[in-house]
Amino acid sequence: MNYTLDFTPVIDGLPSLLTACLGTFTLAICGMLLATVIGIGGVILRQSPLAALRWLVIGFVELIRNTPFLVQIFFIYFALPLAGVRLDPTPTAIIALGINGGAYAIEIIRGGVQSIPKGQMEAGLALGLHKAQVFRLIILKPALRAIYPSLTSQFVLLTLSTSIASAISAYELTSVSQRIESDSFRSFEVYFTVTGFYLVISWVMMRFFALFSARYFSYPVK
Amino acid sequence: MGREEFVFLLIGLKWTVALSIVAFVCGCVAGLVVALARTSGIAIVEGVTAFYIAIFQGTPLLMQLFVVYYGLALVGIRMDAWAAVSVGLTLHASAYLGEIWRGSIEAVPRGQTEAAKALALGYVSRMKDVVLPQAIRISLPATVGFLVQLIKGTSLASIVGFTELTRAGNIISNQIFQPITVFGIVGALYFIMCCPLTIWGAHLERRFAASAR
Repeated sequence: MNYTLDFTPVIDGLPSLLTACLGTFTLAICGMLLATVIGIGGVILRQSPLAALRWLVIGFVELIRNTPFLVQIFFIYFALPLAGVRLDPTPTAIIALGINGGAYAIEIIRGGVQSIPKGQMEAGLALGLHKAQVFRLIILKPALRAIYPSLTSQFVLLTLSTSIASAISAYELTSVSQRIESDSFRSFEVYFTVTGFYLVISWVMMRFFALFSARYFSYPVK
Repeated sequence: MGREEFVFLLIGLKWTVALSIVAFVCGCVAGLVVALARTSGIAIVEGVTAFYIAIFQGTPLLMQLFVVYYGLALVGIRMDAWAAVSVGLTLHASAYLGEIWRGSIEAVPRGQTEAAKALALGYVSRMKDVVLPQAIRISLPATVGFLVQLIKGTSLASIVGFTELTRAGNIISNQIFQPITVFGIVGALYFIMCCPLTIWGAHLERRFAASAR
């Protein structure tokens, strides 16, 4: 028990750690965009008149929600080359994050769309609003507002799960910190500092989401 | 994939189940303490637990496992990967369950606490006999949901070097070069564990939604 903490390798590695934060943000933002696209697409398919399509979406959502992200990322990492798609680890990780986040987004967005009473849409049309206006003002905005808290906290979880992408050595904070750790053997110091980085990253994201919400969704409902 | 490889995966599965149970049971005990501290009404205690919860909810589980794994060794506690990962997952679960149960304790109508106070019930009896039974009912769907998260989270123990289901899959996949088959089976095993719980959780949620109306 004569261990002295030594943060010099961390301080020396600070520039590469900070750059790696950008890698984490890239993974997170691309993953969120892909997840949103999959989420909206999935909700549309989920309401298709074809039962087979509806069940396909339900099966996809349950499959993703009931298996670990780590297993999914391994599976995708090995399955893509077999399907003839050769990608670097980082794009592969984005696809995996998008697929994983998309399954959760489908469930969240579906709840939001269902929360808009049909009568509101009919009232909007009766008041002479154009169909696009009805969609934008009466369906989309209130639906977004209703799902905003759960969608954004899912996005924060997605950001944190980018650390798992280190398992296929995608470029992000965790993989860079593992490299510094294996060069210096200062495991605790490195991971302790990087944990702090993640805390700041998730805090910044939550603040941003809260500010956005205060700006766009702060109108009285009743 | 032969019979031997499959048995190796099943041994990994056994450790995943053991890890999930240990982390969930210990996490429940610690989580109850966190939830009670978080709703204690004492400003300092509430502040400290809020900070504790914020740290675990704001950092990746993988980092938490790394910090606990190397941090325990640092303070002189020699532990194998199994024990270190159990401690890490327990702490993680205590923060999440603490936050879930804080919400449910606060969701119990205030009048219940006030009535219990008016009946001169002490803190222990008030919590044990009045508030917690109702809070547990409210929290059940979210608690089951978190249990699924926790089972999936045990897969990260493989990165720290503990041979549970995912790492067993990694080892087999490196031996027989059939990653798709191996990870397909590994995924199916997780699915078999988690899906019944998910269905049960959704069922509980519907029942509570119906009874609340």
